[in-house]
Amino acid sequence: MKIEGQVRIPSGCAISAVISKDGNKMSGEMIINSMKPMHDRSNGLGGGFAGYGIYPEYKDFYAFHMFFDSRDTRKECEAFLKERFEIIQSEIIPTRKIPEVTDEPIIWRYFAAPLKSVLASLQLEEKEFVAKTVMKINAEMPGVYVFSSGKNMGAFKAVGFPEDVGVFYKLEEYEGYSWTAHGRYPTNTPGWWGGAHPFTLLDYSVVHNGEISSYDANRRFIEMFGYKCTLRTDTEVITYIMDYLLRVQGLTLGEAASVIAAPFWSTIAAKTDLEDQKKHTYLRTMFPSLLITGPFSIVLGFEGGLMALNDRLKLRSMVVGEKDDKVFIASEEAAIRIIEPNAENIWSPAGGEPVIVKVKEGAF
Amino acid sequence: MQIIDAADLDYRAVNEALREAESDFIIEGCCGQRFIAAGISGKNLTINGIPGNALGAYLNNANITVNANAQDAVGDTMNEGKILIHGNIGDAAGYAMRGGKIYVQGSAGYRAGIHMKAYKEKIPVMIIGGCAGSFLGEYQAGGVIIVLGLHKDGRRIVGNFPCTGMHGGKMFLRGSCEDIHFPKQVTAKCAAADELEEIREYLSEYCLDFGYSMDELLSEPFTIITPDSKNPYKQMYVAN
Repeated sequence: MKIEGQVRIPSGCAISAVISKDGNKMSGEMIINSMKPMHDRSNGLGGGFAGYGIYPEYKDFYAFHMFFDSRDTRKECEAFLKERFEIIQSEIIPTRKIPEVTDEPIIWRYFAAPLKSVLASLQLEEKEFVAKTVMKINAEMPGVYVFSSGKNMGAFKAVGFPEDVGVFYKLEEYEGYSWTAHGRYPTNTPGWWGGAHPFTLLDYSVVHNGEISSYDANRRFIEMFGYKCTLRTDTEVITYIMDYLLRVQGLTLGEAASVIAAPFWSTIAAKTDLEDQKKHTYLRTMFPSLLITGPFSIVLGFEGGLMALNDRLKLRSMVVGEKDDKVFIASEEAAIRIIEPNAENIWSPAGGEPVIVKVKEGAF
Repeated sequence: MQIIDAADLDYRAVNEALREAESDFIIEGCCGQRFIAAGISGKNLTINGIPGNALGAYLNNANITVNANAQDAVGDTMNEGKILIHGNIGDAAGYAMRGGKIYVQGSAGYRAGIHMKAYKEKIPVMIIGGCAGSFLGEYQAGGVIIVLGLHKDGRRIVGNFPCTGMHGGKMFLRGSCEDIHFPKQVTAKCAAADELEEIREYLSEYCLDFGYSMDELLSEPFTIITPDSKNPYKQMYVAN
């Protein structure tokens, strides 16, 4: 039998996210339920979640979530990690055996801090070192994938429908101030465990519905800066672009959105706010290779917030709603109504118009 | 009146139930089920809750009333009948519709009326009460699209790039539209009395459906947009 990737299974994607602006904790059950009305947007070849604020007891340590293909690769990778990190906790990520999710790799997590001596000798800042380590493992260690590497957050992903993946990972036992979710319908790339969303680096995570036609142009540019695209699907590059623009270049979220979903030159030319026009001209000129073309609706998760964004032509659906302290973002209004029937101010952001929601200062 | 409780039904089950239903019925607790009423004729249904994508796709001749917002692709390729939405609609409403009516009280997302067409007595009509997103009437080939701009949040009546690729049909936007940029291949001008007369019947039906007065709707001038036959699409790809 041919596996997915060798044979094309024609099948959109679904995304959903929720955040409490007051930093109130929500169990993962809510976001799992949100995915249910969008079941038909996925085809069972990938589902995943990211939760923020879920590891308060280890909040000062990087939480590495990892897939291993065998015990030997795990031992080998642990030896590598121990030379670079102080590992204060290592454990299997608890899962349920359910018929809907099978063929799982060895799924493990480590809470760790980079060794000060290593940082000093490499003259690297902590986050840069962690990002480099993740790239090294994913590119150079066959059978090992780091699929989450932030502090006080974690990604959980698998091959399966998202609502089953949530049950598989026992997400009802975690509590976070924000959650994102994805149901996958792979069109051009294989459905495999590492290829499920979210794609993460440090505390950034991206869930994406769409297909990047500029993928290779984006990949060639970003790989000049030490990023390595190893996960065999397009969304990965968005995560690295966001890390590069936000962490390395120090752009604001709004500016990063204007780079990847840059307005048309004709739209920039028609702007009456001249400062704004100048800024957009500058950003398009500085980062032309980071313009992402093709359809996308994404939710970027980061420490203390979420950003939702559509491609400039708005070739994918996305709605936003609110209720009390919560903001909801999803591919379909039904995904919001199922968890908050009385959601208010339901609206669809325009293409290229970022929706940025942050938790109140000090509340996470 | 028969009631279909959709709360625990998937789209297949909802559609099976509605095919077997009497001619008049209500769907309660709808939440995202797709393809509702696809291809049906001869029925009147009311939907409470949020219908999923492609509501009334290929609708042959039925009346659908939605007491909430609707999602993407409402009335995709519909042939005849009427869809009434007491809320907003998502993207790509009325995609390639070739007959029937879609009346929306609220606003529309991107690409409303994309590739609407018409044939002989078949003239599809879409009326949007609020504003419309970008690419309104993209590749419009026939039919009538009317946007009333009755929304109150200060947004422009239509987003960017309206009428891109329009080559048939008519579009009416309430207001003078001085701040809207239209492509070179269409003509936009203030609608004359006889042109407004053509849509009077639709507007008056819309007023009855949603409780507006004709006087209110006609208190502002309308801009009519039609393809400019003197400036057709030529030499876009090759000299011909």
